[in-house]
Amino acid sequence: MGEDARTLIARRAAQELVPGQVVNLGVGIPNLIPKFLGAGSGVHIQTENSLLGVGPPPRPHEVDEDLIDAAKQPVTALAGAAYFDSAESFAMIRGGRIDVAVLGALQVSERGDIANWAVPGRNILGVGGAMDLVVGARKVIVTMTAQTTAGEPKVVSGCTYPLTATAAAGLVITELGVLAVREGRLVLTELLGGAAVKDVRRATGAPFSVDL
Amino acid sequence: MPARLASPEEAVSSIRTGDTVLAGGFGLVGAPLALIDALVEASKARELTVVSNNLGEPGKGLGKLLRQGRVRRAVGSFFTSNPEVAAAAQAGELEVVLLPQGTLAEALRAAGAGIGGFFTPIGVGTELARGKEERRIDGVANVLEAPLHGDAALVYAARGDELGNLWYRKTARNFNPAMAAAARLTVAEVGELVALDEIEPESVHTPHVYVDLMTRAR
Repeated sequence: MGEDARTLIARRAAQELVPGQVVNLGVGIPNLIPKFLGAGSGVHIQTENSLLGVGPPPRPHEVDEDLIDAAKQPVTALAGAAYFDSAESFAMIRGGRIDVAVLGALQVSERGDIANWAVPGRNILGVGGAMDLVVGARKVIVTMTAQTTAGEPKVVSGCTYPLTATAAAGLVITELGVLAVREGRLVLTELLGGAAVKDVRRATGAPFSVDL
Repeated sequence: MPARLASPEEAVSSIRTGDTVLAGGFGLVGAPLALIDALVEASKARELTVVSNNLGEPGKGLGKLLRQGRVRRAVGSFFTSNPEVAAAAQAGELEVVLLPQGTLAEALRAAGAGIGGFFTPIGVGTELARGKEERRIDGVANVLEAPLHGDAALVYAARGDELGNLWYRKTARNFNPAMAAAARLTVAEVGELVALDEIEPESVHTPHVYVDLMTRAR
């Protein structure tokens, strides 16, 4: 593969976003998406710590200690940006004003259940805005590598990790392909990175149909 | 009544053992660090319930109070950024109440707005809904969430005027306005104390009615 898996996934996910959309990007792979959108993409990025209109990372002299994203990294604000408070930020999220949320996950089930915040047997200490976003956003795109570092599939028949939400994912993008959740079933709609259908089958822990 | 100016130490002096303290900030951005330091150094209050999105970082912000063993219960959405929270929870020294971030914000807003609770679809079917009343409304499953009141709220604003009107800067606003309204005693730490009308009336984020005491950031 000429490009590492995470970059390939982010580049493909960027193609799902169209000008005018309001988009929330999670930590990890989704954070790599803005460089594929480019300047003047017309996509409005919302960060749940209360800014609509996130711009590119600041140059060193532009760093403002009062201006961060939800990953607590310094960002800039674009012309036309709006600041608000946390209650309004999540009113916007729950109220259906976010067109697309892109986030990473530990597991996704064939019916679109998402587990992305806790590992069984460990203390449950951080959920952040994940539950609000996957329920409130009109479309949820999961970006993740197809398997764990131990070679376990992340797309599964049923999640074994604590759930973030049920039946929430619309699209799952891995380095091998794009899986859509349609009426509670998975459909492989696209192959990526030179993968064949059998490669996706081998790396996926749930049945899916193929509609390439 | 206009907000009174006080030192950070005086401002936190009425916080008692067993109180619930709301503390603004997302990580350390927008956190009232001088007030937290005063609570750490000048107050003896223990067994505190602290409501904050995070519990600071190791040895920073609210993390200092945790190190002193004075936090009995932490209510927030993301404690992963301070590994000492996990250690204290594991040791049984700290009770952690985790809420979805938007539910945390809305529970604070509800407290300030005199609302007795609210139904939300967030968290349904997850571990965070365990034990909560469920109700189907217009075909959608919801859980009942209670308001989050504070005995004291410690907030940070870049500017406060002589009456206590507050203006927050950029993403340092976060939980501060909702918390300012949700407590019996609200203390605002301000970066800059300005004359009346230096914050345009249209630009006031927290009207002075919510603010009891003001202190200057250090």
